[in-house]
Amino acid sequence: VENVRLLDRLSSRRAVVGTLYLTATHVIFVENGSETRKETWVLHSQISSIEKQATTATGCPLLIRCKNFQVIQLVIPQERDCHDVYISLIRLARPVKYEELYCFSFNPKLDKEEREQGWKLVDLNEEYNRMGVPNNYWQISDVNRDYGVCDSYPTEVYVPKSATAHIIVGSSKFRSRRRFPALSYYCKGNNASICRSSQPLSGFSARCLEDEQMLQAIRKANPGSDFIYVVDTRPKLNAMANRAAGKGYENEDNYSNIKFQFIGIENIHVMRNSLQKMLEVCELKSPSMSDFLWGLENSGWLKHIKAIMDAGIFIAKAVAEEGVSVLVHCSDGWDRTAQVCSVASLLLDPYYRTMKGFMVLIEKDWVSFGHKFNHRYGNLDGDPKEISPVIDQFIECVWQLMEQFPCAFEFNERFLIHIQHHIYSCQFGNFLCNSQKERRELKIKERTYSLWAHLWKNRADYLNPLYRSDHSQTQGTLHPQIAPCNFLYKFWSGMYNRFEKGLHPRQSVTDYLMAVKEETQQLEEELEVLQERLANLQKSQSGDNKVKSKQQDRSKQTGLYTSNNSLANTPQEYSNDLKSFPSRSPSQGDEEDSALILTQDNLKSSDPDLSANSDQESGVEDLSCRSPSGGGCLPSEDSGKDSDEAVFLAG
Amino acid sequence: LLRSSQPLTGPNRRRCRDDEKLLGTILDEGERGFIIDTRSAQAAKQARMGGGGTEPKSSYPQWRRLHRALDRGRPLQESFIRLVEACAEPSLGMDRWLSRLESSRWLGHVKAALSTACLAAQCLDREDSNVLVHGAEGTDTTLLVTALAQLILDPSCRTLEGFQALLEREWIEAGHPFQLRCARSASSHARGKQEAPLFLLFLDCVWQLSRQFPLSLEFGEQLLLALFDNAYASAYGTFLCNNEKERSLCKVKESTHSLWAWLNQPEEKHKFLNPLYSHNPLVIWPSVEPQSIQLWQGLFLRWIRPSQHLDEAWVEIRRLVEGK
Repeated sequence: VENVRLLDRLSSRRAVVGTLYLTATHVIFVENGSETRKETWVLHSQISSIEKQATTATGCPLLIRCKNFQVIQLVIPQERDCHDVYISLIRLARPVKYEELYCFSFNPKLDKEEREQGWKLVDLNEEYNRMGVPNNYWQISDVNRDYGVCDSYPTEVYVPKSATAHIIVGSSKFRSRRRFPALSYYCKGNNASICRSSQPLSGFSARCLEDEQMLQAIRKANPGSDFIYVVDTRPKLNAMANRAAGKGYENEDNYSNIKFQFIGIENIHVMRNSLQKMLEVCELKSPSMSDFLWGLENSGWLKHIKAIMDAGIFIAKAVAEEGVSVLVHCSDGWDRTAQVCSVASLLLDPYYRTMKGFMVLIEKDWVSFGHKFNHRYGNLDGDPKEISPVIDQFIECVWQLMEQFPCAFEFNERFLIHIQHHIYSCQFGNFLCNSQKERRELKIKERTYSLWAHLWKNRADYLNPLYRSDHSQTQGTLHPQIAPCNFLYKFWSGMYNRFEKGLHPRQSVTDYLMAVKEETQQLEEELEVLQERLANLQKSQSGDNKVKSKQQDRSKQTGLYTSNNSLANTPQEYSNDLKSFPSRSPSQGDEEDSALILTQDNLKSSDPDLSANSDQESGVEDLSCRSPSGGGCLPSEDSGKDSDEAVFLAG
Repeated sequence: LLRSSQPLTGPNRRRCRDDEKLLGTILDEGERGFIIDTRSAQAAKQARMGGGGTEPKSSYPQWRRLHRALDRGRPLQESFIRLVEACAEPSLGMDRWLSRLESSRWLGHVKAALSTACLAAQCLDREDSNVLVHGAEGTDTTLLVTALAQLILDPSCRTLEGFQALLEREWIEAGHPFQLRCARSASSHARGKQEAPLFLLFLDCVWQLSRQFPLSLEFGEQLLLALFDNAYASAYGTFLCNNEKERSLCKVKESTHSLWAWLNQPEEKHKFLNPLYSHNPLVIWPSVEPQSIQLWQGLFLRWIRPSQHLDEAWVEIRRLVEGK
């Protein structure tokens, strides 16, 4: 469709005109205009909702909201075209078969061997061994080898030595969805462990000997403590209500040597609504500080994030400081349980704060333990009541921790954002379906590619320059401040306003430091080479003692780098009173402005917005060669000279 | 960029030919200028009853007046105290915290100050127009706007030396009444009539700029905190008295040491420098969307939360930038 306008939330005057294309996998908007031809690509899988708004004099507005929080406001001139686009997008954004998803057609041009290697990058067996199991207290059980006991669990689980197959099977019959207690994390230092399960089918008075034995077995697997904590992550009221449905929670009278604890994290419906409300705040046009803060409070979002974090902190403390094992569950043990176990593990074990370790953590606590990716993130068209930002909340907890402990994580914010992006993108096969069983049936590993391999290949983009494995902050357990600490939780505009570049700090400290680090390394290598040469020359004592050294003007190079960032430096509209500047608005009339607002600085070749069109010729691809180390094509030096938004020259 | 106090128009709409001439000389034939009045249109009008007022269009035809209400005095003081109290409270739930953050309105003041400064900067930079800024007395919100506007526009104000000069010029010499405004603790409950944390609001705005442009200010948070401390209680005479006249009468220059002299000593200076600084010749336009304005934790949580992990991060940054 031609002559479509793409609007900007912050400034109605920064609209661009272009052509809208619909393909089998993407919606593409290509700007008119000879120079830049900027393209905006959106995967159908990313589309969360499409809203056709009332026709105005200028055309028919169409609002596309994405799961990665991109919001695209289009205005289509003809009502008929708008309707066609709307109907098509509705269908395209709601696939019914897995084969319709992008991962089955995505081709990164790797051979079969490389694809396989990619899937082997994260190996859970290796991980359990690293933890220190199997050992005298924990054994691997294959009782679920054909998914016969629990179809949402993996084929291999770790259970206490004294848990026989009989006990496991008996316990599974007494647990919602058969999700019996299994090992999530083992602490080598003191034998304490984190186990996870679903709620017991205890109703008001039912008991199960095998389930009680299972909990005993967990306790016995930790000789350093004579009791275990049982943590129910639901609000007490919800758990009690479950009893009426024949489920519920563990009665301290029946289970010997347990200390029971409610933590009170709300359910998926509350979280879905909370996110919805927060996104509404993000969509407000020129909100005041009060509007924003009030809206944020009203959504309750940060409160929920804190609740998850508090639960993780409680469990980490129990394990690290008290040396007591913890059994965690919620209702079905695949949402809040996953969040809380992974936060606790992250706090406890510095390995999970490395890039590889984080991938392993997600693979372990989310993928292998049957978090319902399909239902929660809508791979396929399904029940809207199953949709909920569960893993998004976990990812935000990690970001909040990164803000409090800047040296403790090997990876940076971009890593988290790209992972979140790909959970919804269905470009890779890791997060398809609802369980390991379903993924094997679909032969995901033979037919799709692993995200982990892709991220690992681009890991230079995801590094945190402040991370040092020998730094005190990166070792041992993290201890976030407990109370007062509300003020430590920030609104994550990098995620929820991800595509509004004008909102974020215009200069990236991470990128700058990475560039400095790289340069330092290069200079050091050069120094070595030159020193060698000097030594050789002195030895040979030839007449010509001139040592030519490459003049690397360091300040000039970093100056070049920083001036790049100033390119996106355009003023927003400070004057809501448009009549102040009758001649023209401060931001109007500069062609460069609108291009720059949509240009994403800090774009890396790993950026999913680029990788989607890696097999396409587009002006945007040129940005990938703008590497801060100065390799490849360097932007024009003019950037500093005249106006403060010099035109960005692509390539 | 010019600053002044309000014209004494009064209830009888007095005119002053000299004042009109003075403003006239600034503009060329046919050129237009902007007056940014830091009071609401309503307040400015009411000021006439007390002998003050605004520049009437008829007498100053080439000047276009814009009103941007910036709070000062008692409301600003209350705002600050409310925020400090909210931070100190240990047992607030998240909802209550956000509610109290919002009702303190402090971040709203920061947003308003930055927006107005950006507006002034825009007039100068984009509209190529002269700008006159004034409120009532020209000693509070006026200086806030002119000082911030210069930081935004002029890279030389963002160097350590340039920033000191800016403070001398736009706050000290310009006559911000430090003695009255900072007589007691910023969050003192004594609530003196003339007290208001305007200078602190300025420092908060500067911090917001440093957060949005971490590579473009030659100085860091430590300097801002040191300035905050010294404005209220200092071993140096720099922030004493209310204006140059008083300083002269009290012989401040003869009897005290200058804060700048201390700061600029090599052994002190490095603590205040920003290791990430890299000269940025361009104008720096901050975002004033609510998401972009954050609580200045370094100030408000200074005594409430340990800064150990953030300090370690800065040590690491220095190490990376300065090399081995």
